Amino acid sequence: MSSTGPTTPNKPQVKALNCPGCGAALTVRSFGNAVTIVCESCHSILDAKDPNLQILQRFKVATDEVRPLIPLGTRGKMRGTDYEVIGFQRRTIEVDGLPYSWHEYVLFNPYKGFRYLTEYNGHWNDVSILKALPEVHPYGFAPTVRYLGESYRHFQTSKAATSFVLGEFPWQVRVGEAAVVSDYVSPPRVLSSEQAGNEVTWSMGEYITGKDIWKSFRLSGNPPDAVGVYENQPSPLSSETKNIWVAFAGFLLLLVVMMIGFDMIARDEQVFTGAYRYDSNQRGEASFVTDEFDLRGHTSSVEVKTTTDLNNRWIYLNYALINEDTGKAFDFGREVSYYHGYDSDGSWTEGGQNDSVAVPSVPAGRYYLRVEPEGDPGYGVTYYTITVKRDVPQYSFYGLALLALLIPAALLTWRSLSFEHLRWAESDHPPIKWGNDE
Amino acid sequence: MTQPSGTCPNCGAKIVFRWSSSVQTVCEYCKSILVRTDVDLQKVGQVADLPPDSSPIQIGAEGTYNHKGFVAIGRIIYEYEQGTWNEWHVMLNDGTDGWLSDAQDEYAFSFAAPGRKLPEVAQCQVGQNYVWDNQRYTITTITTAHYRGVQGELPFQYWDKEDVTFVDLRSELGKFATIDYSDEKPALYLGEMVEFDSLGLKNLRAFEGWS
Repeated sequence: MSSTGPTTPNKPQVKALNCPGCGAALTVRSFGNAVTIVCESCHSILDAKDPNLQILQRFKVATDEVRPLIPLGTRGKMRGTDYEVIGFQRRTIEVDGLPYSWHEYVLFNPYKGFRYLTEYNGHWNDVSILKALPEVHPYGFAPTVRYLGESYRHFQTSKAATSFVLGEFPWQVRVGEAAVVSDYVSPPRVLSSEQAGNEVTWSMGEYITGKDIWKSFRLSGNPPDAVGVYENQPSPLSSETKNIWVAFAGFLLLLVVMMIGFDMIARDEQVFTGAYRYDSNQRGEASFVTDEFDLRGHTSSVEVKTTTDLNNRWIYLNYALINEDTGKAFDFGREVSYYHGYDSDGSWTEGGQNDSVAVPSVPAGRYYLRVEPEGDPGYGVTYYTITVKRDVPQYSFYGLALLALLIPAALLTWRSLSFEHLRWAESDHPPIKWGNDE
Repeated sequence: MTQPSGTCPNCGAKIVFRWSSSVQTVCEYCKSILVRTDVDLQKVGQVADLPPDSSPIQIGAEGTYNHKGFVAIGRIIYEYEQGTWNEWHVMLNDGTDGWLSDAQDEYAFSFAAPGRKLPEVAQCQVGQNYVWDNQRYTITTITTAHYRGVQGELPFQYWDKEDVTFVDLRSELGKFATIDYSDEKPALYLGEMVEFDSLGLKNLRAFEGWS
């Protein structure tokens, strides 16, 4: 700067002051922005706007008091900007009579202003004040908030009281003062509203790991382990779940294409047909063999179709597809039954007059069928036709393949849902418990 | 462009106006508050020592807003219970002027929006909604502040003010509005919250220990 005027602004400096309570040295790190300063030695809360640093409050500190994990004065890079830790507070809420505490760190950069970090049980959030106003939808099962096109679901509303402070703050801070804090989540983000009096402040937090914080602020040692599932912690499974369903859809498409393709190239060739008569009243051997027929081409399926004129009856057919040269037989039995009638509910039918079965992987060769019909004596005559087709399209394979793809996807989805279950169990809207309630 | 200029009636220093429509300026040397008349400059008051503040902006700071270059040419400092904030009067390179407010390093750009219907100050309550220019605003804060000092060029006479009420409003799209009740007729300013980085500011103040 080369201002020629005589009013070249002074260069704001880090002020060294002394606590009027105990005389300990104080450092003001946010220049003129500090509103309250807390003496680290005697825990006096001082009015930073007063040149005499009037003592506003003194608070008692338990001997096992917390220390900030990131010491005041530490600098680190957050989103490409250097920030210095200038303040620290612990805030406490009560749920079912039990106190829960989290920690907030005030970060400062003289150009970009303030930013905050929160830490609870090893879960961290990078927090900044919102510039636009969120849209609150307070009704429905769980209230939601819309912000910049994204929807956030209400997680918890509680009264948070400041229970410990250190360093400097750009607002009036007092131990014991409480604000109503409401959190709305859309992992990895959380929108929080803080209401004190009739003023509401909105902020947005983004989940960040302790490891990243340690790296940003070049801290030694290891961050505390994250315990449990935090309100806006991104589910490690949610993206995997999405990916597996995308893959599933891809394979499904492939299966459909395969199915259509094989359906088109399948020869579906009729190799044999014969019409027969079975009289169940006639005693004696009913079994017979058909004429021989050729199954050509590569090893593939054979479809045996039975068409009958059954009417409120059944017939059982023992089939054997026998290779004339090797004697190898494919045995299978089919029951065909067709019943219909009329009752108080109207007409009904059961079964059908026709049946079809596929015999998989039949090598080429000369074959014949041995057929052994059975029926209830007294039924009388049944006319039926047997048709044999070579290389018919097979669909059961696709069903199995579908199942094989579906199982891992469903399993992962279930695990992801249990993660969400743990998340929401801690909220004001816990999921309905399944199974026995204890 | 020839800039209007004159001489400080108090100390004789040369006074140059960067913006032709400026009504008031403060002599950089003797801190006299000077108001332009048709013929000369008249001293109307004296600026007390400015409070120590830590706005990174200063007179002469330059930046870009909405593809227009701007330079800070004056400011009003207000004090309220949470400290002070600055309303930097900026001149844009299209000849218009606007305001860049800096409250604890939260920045908003706004422009005078005359001719809109405004509520009486006594009616205003946090949470109320108003619509201007098809944009819905909600009152977020009502602040009583007092004038703490002026520097540089301003588009109106502004000095020796008592307590002033400001009604701040925000929209769901990040728009910002403020109603200034310092005059008999309230004045509306419409604008938006801005990111520090988006302004591409130069000629900023330096802070010890920061670069």
